[in-house]
Amino acid sequence: MSTFVATAGRPARARQAARAFALTAIAALLLGLPWWGTAWLGRAVEIAYMLSLAMLWNLLAGFAGVVSIGQQAFVGLGGYALFALVILAGVPPLAALPLAGVVAAVVALPVALLLFRLRGPHLAIGSWVVAEVFRLVAAQISALGGGSGQSLPVAAVRGIARSRSAREAITYFIALALAALCLALVWGLLRARQGLGLTAMRDSEAAAASLGVNVRRLKLTVFVAVAGATGLLGALIFLQTLRISPDAAFSVTDWTANVIFIVVIGGIGTLEGPFAGTAVFFLFRGLFAGFGGWYMIALGALAILVMLLAPAGLCGAVSHRFGVTLFPMRRRLGTAPAAAPGLPTASPN
Amino acid sequence: MQWLDIIVQGALVGGLYALFATGLSLIFGVMRLVNLAHGDLIVLAAFLSLACVQHLGFSPALSLAIVVPGMALLGYAMQRVMLNRTLGGDILPPLLVTFGLSIVIQNTLLEAFSADSRKLHFGGIETASIRLLPGVSIGWYPLIVLLAAVVVIGGLQLALYRTRLGAAMRATSDDPVTVRLMGVDNRHLFALAMAASLSVCAIAGVLMAGWTNFDPLSGPERLLYAFEAVIIGGLGSLWGTLAGGMILGIAQSVGGAFDPGWQILAGHLAFLVVLSATPRGLFPRMAD
Repeated sequence: MSTFVATAGRPARARQAARAFALTAIAALLLGLPWWGTAWLGRAVEIAYMLSLAMLWNLLAGFAGVVSIGQQAFVGLGGYALFALVILAGVPPLAALPLAGVVAAVVALPVALLLFRLRGPHLAIGSWVVAEVFRLVAAQISALGGGSGQSLPVAAVRGIARSRSAREAITYFIALALAALCLALVWGLLRARQGLGLTAMRDSEAAAASLGVNVRRLKLTVFVAVAGATGLLGALIFLQTLRISPDAAFSVTDWTANVIFIVVIGGIGTLEGPFAGTAVFFLFRGLFAGFGGWYMIALGALAILVMLLAPAGLCGAVSHRFGVTLFPMRRRLGTAPAAAPGLPTASPN
Repeated sequence: MQWLDIIVQGALVGGLYALFATGLSLIFGVMRLVNLAHGDLIVLAAFLSLACVQHLGFSPALSLAIVVPGMALLGYAMQRVMLNRTLGGDILPPLLVTFGLSIVIQNTLLEAFSADSRKLHFGGIETASIRLLPGVSIGWYPLIVLLAAVVVIGGLQLALYRTRLGAAMRATSDDPVTVRLMGVDNRHLFALAMAASLSVCAIAGVLMAGWTNFDPLSGPERLLYAFEAVIIGGLGSLWGTLAGGMILGIAQSVGGAFDPGWQILAGHLAFLVVLSATPRGLFPRMAD
């Protein structure tokens, strides 16, 4: 009952106003960043796409229970689709970006149908095999540079924007928009009816199925949606670097290991987790990147310790201790006075 | 004759892949744990052997006397301290902990041994071969590795089906809760299984080191081969795993004959074809 008292103790309207003010301030700050100076834009783009990848992987593994170690398949696929559309089909880069997401989603469907034949932990390695297949195939396509990769043609780069700073600002706004899209996707899905099905499925597949959740279709939907969004992010990543190679595009360390560490350290299966994890990740990297491999050792060890000692991660520990959540989606007993006694209304709060 | 040779060479590589896969298969069978650090542990064993050769002046074969018990101890400790805590209904903790372990091992090896590609020298036996038919010869070294795989798998089968410990392990595989009621300490049992798994990793790692180049980041590739051999062969069947390893080796060898760039890809594709045709593998014994 403590949450009930805490919720009722503070007027809902004041809380909503405070939240709206905070959101507006953050949005204004983020949107105004390019006018402050472009020095930080590259890093901001990187933070935005790592956060987005983390939110997507968290949805897939933490909520839908599909533990994939092969998400680099769709990052690379999105990147390569962008380059193929621009170089081979002459599509302008900004028009090719959404198409790259579509390509990733379309390819994800047969991949999912194949992978879902493997159960639980085996699916994890199976998805890795698929990513390796994509990498090896990409290395065979000589029209896209084969094993050594290729740069985006200068004419196409000029087509994005005249000046370098304008192009960086455009990339930044795309990154921001994609991060917002991923947050909307995850939060929207979890607050919807399917979200309840997802969490039920995560806790017990058999029980969820017996209550009418179509487990297979729900998993398939989430896998394809996540793959499509991951493909969009891949296209953005290589639109920023302007160069693609099989090893960079399908890197398990960059696009899956780091993402998993972010989610685990922040708190898997919580919406706030990826945010906290991304903050820890970039702080950590800023401090220790000079130490080479030791930095990855420390990151891996930290993720192992979190998983063993505090499986709900940083955010889980905080929200358990203080009862604070950034993106509320837990269904609580209704606080509306109109509710008939004994018949509490469940509402997303 | 050329194609026969290609197929024979591929089948011989299957012995090495079966050694990669046996430990993975055993662990999954006993405790439903998929160890994502498996490939990196094989590479770790190869580097331990290299260290024995370089610093103690051992021959690679003699280094097995240190590497095998060393890896077994590591396996026991790793299971007791870390992995036993992750077992339960949820598939996430064991996967994520072993994945973290994989990254830690790779980068520790990178710091300790640099990114250089290495190979062990077994003193000439690697190049010796017997001629079976005109155009088809079998190397002594691949033959020894295949023999080692047969001995290891046969030994494990005997241990699992003829000893009390093996019976306890099979019983735990079937029903871990009831086995505890019978007075079996499954934490100890799991740790013994992991010790056995890492002993096989040690043998696989040392034999691999004499066959192909290895470097600190080559573990995941070994994990994928091991996994593919297990799934192609069918879960729960160790002899099936040997067959799976051979099929994988033949697919790679045939693919490589067309184009060197297709060698590894052909192996992965063979796995995906088997998966789409019979998801339970070719010789399954286990339901899950």
